[in-house]
Amino acid sequence: MRVTEIRMKVNGSVESLDVEPWVSLLDALRERLGLTGPKKGCDQGACGACTVLADGVRINACLALAIQYDGREITTIEGVTHPLQEAFVRHDGLQCGYCTPGQICSAIGMLAEHEAGMPSAVTGSQGLDEAEIRERMSGNLCRCGAYNGIVDAIKEASR
Amino acid sequence: MRPFAYVKPADVAEAVRAATEPGARFLGGGTNLVDLMREGIERPDTVVDVTGLPFDTVTELPDGGLRIGALVRNSVLAADGRVRTRYPMVSQALLSGASAQLRNMATVGGNLLQRTRCPYFYDHASACNKREPGAGCDALDGFNRSAGILGVSEHCVATHPSDLCVALAALDATVEVHGVDGTRRVPMAGFHRLPGDTPDVETTLAPGELVTAVELPPVPAAANSRYRKVRDRASYAFALVSVAAALEVRDGAVTGVRLALGGVAPKPWRATRAEDLLLGGPADETAFRRAAEAELADAVTREGNAFKPRLAVATITATLRELSTGGTAR
Repeated sequence: MRVTEIRMKVNGSVESLDVEPWVSLLDALRERLGLTGPKKGCDQGACGACTVLADGVRINACLALAIQYDGREITTIEGVTHPLQEAFVRHDGLQCGYCTPGQICSAIGMLAEHEAGMPSAVTGSQGLDEAEIRERMSGNLCRCGAYNGIVDAIKEASR
Repeated sequence: MRPFAYVKPADVAEAVRAATEPGARFLGGGTNLVDLMREGIERPDTVVDVTGLPFDTVTELPDGGLRIGALVRNSVLAADGRVRTRYPMVSQALLSGASAQLRNMATVGGNLLQRTRCPYFYDHASACNKREPGAGCDALDGFNRSAGILGVSEHCVATHPSDLCVALAALDATVEVHGVDGTRRVPMAGFHRLPGDTPDVETTLAPGELVTAVELPPVPAAANSRYRKVRDRASYAFALVSVAAALEVRDGAVTGVRLALGGVAPKPWRATRAEDLLLGGPADETAFRRAAEAELADAVTREGNAFKPRLAVATITATLRELSTGGTAR
């Protein structure tokens, strides 16, 4: 089957790569560009370990076909410098670390969504409290159960 | 994933033409289709990516309703100020579904066309009439906690998984579709089909027909509306039972009501029997419960989902009570 050349700005640099239509954005990032920060967990959009930012918006890279993201700007954990990273360390928000790249990319997207006034299912509570953080981060699973540290880290970084 | 050809049409006519070919499927946000393709349940020869088409805005209709482009992302629609004010249950339904990442990808048109989450549909080792017509249904006597209780058949007890569609059904939304013969408008009630003996045929769309918009009519009662979803965990799970309800009360009497249920049927279930009983009657607990019980009177349960009628009655009653006490008096 014919490959297509796509161009994406990934972590600030323009990348050109040939993909078959069935290559996921996650596989393109990991296997073609060597960016192994985004993790392949469930490969079904259920765990959030593959979360990246597309034009600043958090998405599941495993359910995205790379070809659909031609011309877009992608940020993976490798392109992130954010106070969240130190906050995660400080609050023991990473244990095995497998879900951490997705958690941090997701939290960055989440903070921007909250800042823009986008609601969640629990909106009505005061500001970005624990209920809001847990609801808005529910697409990212952590099998170690580091949730308490993750919530604390996000709370700290959002101040 | 099984190889497929990919086309990205420049306009609707080209999209419809491409999708009329056998083995072609439209691709929107991909949150359901790509997953099913990876599981080998959907096996398209050609994927027609419609995300470049200009159907990604929400606009006002002259009658006070809203026109929602089929490519509007779930997260964007949920945040729309007009939706939140005039149709809060639409925003709440969207926000109760999936995760933020998925809502950022998923489209309104795709939401209407998502397939069931019945575990037997996903399991190639099990019999499923929806996945493989004539194979049988292992859910009938299997793990059927999530299975439907209204509108089901002996060939299929799967539920439609959408939250948004439940709110759209309550509002009598209209779906605009484009096909080879032009445009037609399908009322939400006539968009999805009950399973009967062909559970694999889920909608009334003709081959190649593309959903281009959903229109919400003006429904004054919907300003006082609520989507309440009951599930096994607080977040990021499909509904066991959900209720989309709008209620208008004047002098203690119900002057406007809309009610639809999710998680209980193979399509978003418009509760017209309950609505008819409620309209004009007292807005009190007894009336709410009686109407809910009447709606669930025909429920057919199986071992795993025998709790659902009671849960549905309780959820309907609680939602209407909430709307009658906390709602805005008009």
